[in-house]
Amino acid sequence: MKTEETPVIELRNVHKRFEHRPDLAQRILALAGRPIDRRTVYAVNGVDLAIRRGEVLGLVGESGCGKSTLGRVVAGLHHQTEGEVLFKGQHADQLRGAERLAYILGVQMIFQDPQASLNPRQRVRQILSEALKVHKLSPRAEIPARVDRALSEVGLDSEYRERFSHQISGGQRQRIGIARALMVSPSFMVCDEPVAALDVSIQAQIINLFMDLREQHGFTYLFISHDLGVVRHISDRVAIMYLGKIVEISTAAEIFARANHPYTQALLAEVPDIARRGRTFIPIKGEIPSPLAPPSGCTFHPRCPHVMPVCKEQAPPLDLIAPGHWSACHLNHA
Amino acid sequence: MTEELLKVRGLRTAFHTEAGAWPAVDGVDFTLRRGEILGLVGESGSGKSVTGFSLVGLIDAPGEVVAGEVIFDGTDLRQLDEEGLRQLRGNRIAMIFQDPLMTLNPVLRIGEQMMEAIQTHAKVSNAEARTRCREALEKVGIASAESRLDSYPHEFSGGMRQRVAIAIAMLNNPDLIIADEPTTALDVTIQGQILYRMQEVCRTLNTALIWITHDLGVVAELADRVAVMYAGRIVETGPVSEILSAPRHPYTQGLLQSMPGIAQPGARLQQIKGMAPSLTKRPSGCAFRPRCPNAIARCAEQAPDITTEGSRSYRCYVPIARESVPV
Repeated sequence: MKTEETPVIELRNVHKRFEHRPDLAQRILALAGRPIDRRTVYAVNGVDLAIRRGEVLGLVGESGCGKSTLGRVVAGLHHQTEGEVLFKGQHADQLRGAERLAYILGVQMIFQDPQASLNPRQRVRQILSEALKVHKLSPRAEIPARVDRALSEVGLDSEYRERFSHQISGGQRQRIGIARALMVSPSFMVCDEPVAALDVSIQAQIINLFMDLREQHGFTYLFISHDLGVVRHISDRVAIMYLGKIVEISTAAEIFARANHPYTQALLAEVPDIARRGRTFIPIKGEIPSPLAPPSGCTFHPRCPHVMPVCKEQAPPLDLIAPGHWSACHLNHA
Repeated sequence: MTEELLKVRGLRTAFHTEAGAWPAVDGVDFTLRRGEILGLVGESGSGKSVTGFSLVGLIDAPGEVVAGEVIFDGTDLRQLDEEGLRQLRGNRIAMIFQDPLMTLNPVLRIGEQMMEAIQTHAKVSNAEARTRCREALEKVGIASAESRLDSYPHEFSGGMRQRVAIAIAMLNNPDLIIADEPTTALDVTIQGQILYRMQEVCRTLNTALIWITHDLGVVAELADRVAVMYAGRIVETGPVSEILSAPRHPYTQGLLQSMPGIAQPGARLQQIKGMAPSLTKRPSGCAFRPRCPNAIARCAEQAPDITTEGSRSYRCYVPIARESVPV
């Protein structure tokens, strides 16, 4: 890797755990001597990641692997339990005042379900202008013009201004979600499964919109998806996540041509391919384990076809196996 | 393999509202042979699920099957009364739904629900029914099946629940399974496991399968034939290898081109402009006309009839030439 400018977002050994807080009854029983059942979900388990300005980083994994939690940590919606989040080289926790605002507004999030992320009792113009009003970013008189501009950027007619979210179709609603993010002139977008709920023909429109916006504004994206086809199309680099850890990361071309980690290989084999006919399915066994009790050593070992004794004891480190290509697998040491 | 199992002719299902009756399914014809896998593809609102439900009389008011024939193994299912249909459903025709929680009763143990499916249709002792249930669970790859029979649905993960739903569908060795988006909510590795089981089961028991989905990738890999639905009609149908490699209908082509993975990474995806019309606002003539790049004046006047070419057929006045095939 060449020496280069500070990444927009950098994560250093980030952990996020969700702990079950004992309720009143359990605390009373605890006084009487009953042990409290403290269950911890290890959602993100030590992630190092640097996202460079202008790149699209695809984050792929199955449900429950912690990819959405990681996205929320990046966007500042969750605070990490351990580790550091750096925004343009500065610790996000230590930012104050205008710098903190620059982080909060600069990193915007697009959610999977646009219906759930839009207030059903507000009209589109209220939804779009709220952040400007709250943060006093624009003189009131200019707000309608900015709303219209954001709508036209996402390809919507200004007549949508007066609509409620239930009067808009799914694909158009996702455009509203994107327009809302655009209102505060962000530089970084965390997109959490933004096209998963859309039909194929609409999905293509939204993906094209993301690419147009990137061209016009030079956005950096963290693009979270379980759909490898979409990720391959839009990403410069791809990170594969399994049970709270990044197991492989490289350029999109490298991942799809030379996947190293057995989990990545299995995922790639399972992606339905239009060019493949009458395939005989030979799936990988098992399911993603519960993040309440992750397996010892390499968390993929119970499903891995190449499992060795060492895998059950030691978690493999994320090694550089080729220029710009990291993978966490003991096979690379064998 | 060549014996005809299901023949659907002119199927129309309408939903009655105060403003009139809207045809969600508007004249659907297809045939299915024993052991054949048909992929029924379409976007939300295209009528693919309503078609599946209409076949077995699972349409509730305000919906109604208003016309057509559904000939299943020589019997017109539309002439059967509710009792006659009940004897077929879960026995010779099984359904698998997108959400297995919808299929499974949350307050009954898996074993009880499975045994019910057997004992409703045949006089079978409890012990024998239980054995068959255990074998069915083993067939779909559920570990320690005997003890799992005593679990409740919430104790299973999403993928396992769907496998239980498949096991229930298979219990009575049906001739036909109608599967409505059964893997849409699942991860790709779990989807792979489910497809593997379905394929195995259909091959060994010569069961015909209608796989309703929006995912052309799955259809390409699993199905023998594909039917593409748009606005209540099958706009193109035929063998998977022909339709997906050389579509004749512009909608099929548009769907294929909008899939990431076909285009070069980073290139703009070909998109179909606009969106599918709602049930109440279907355009006159060919419903795809407002979104179609090739539309001519005639398309607005009358919906095109079916053109048959060998084993495939389509509804279009200006089909894509056979030579200009980009896929």
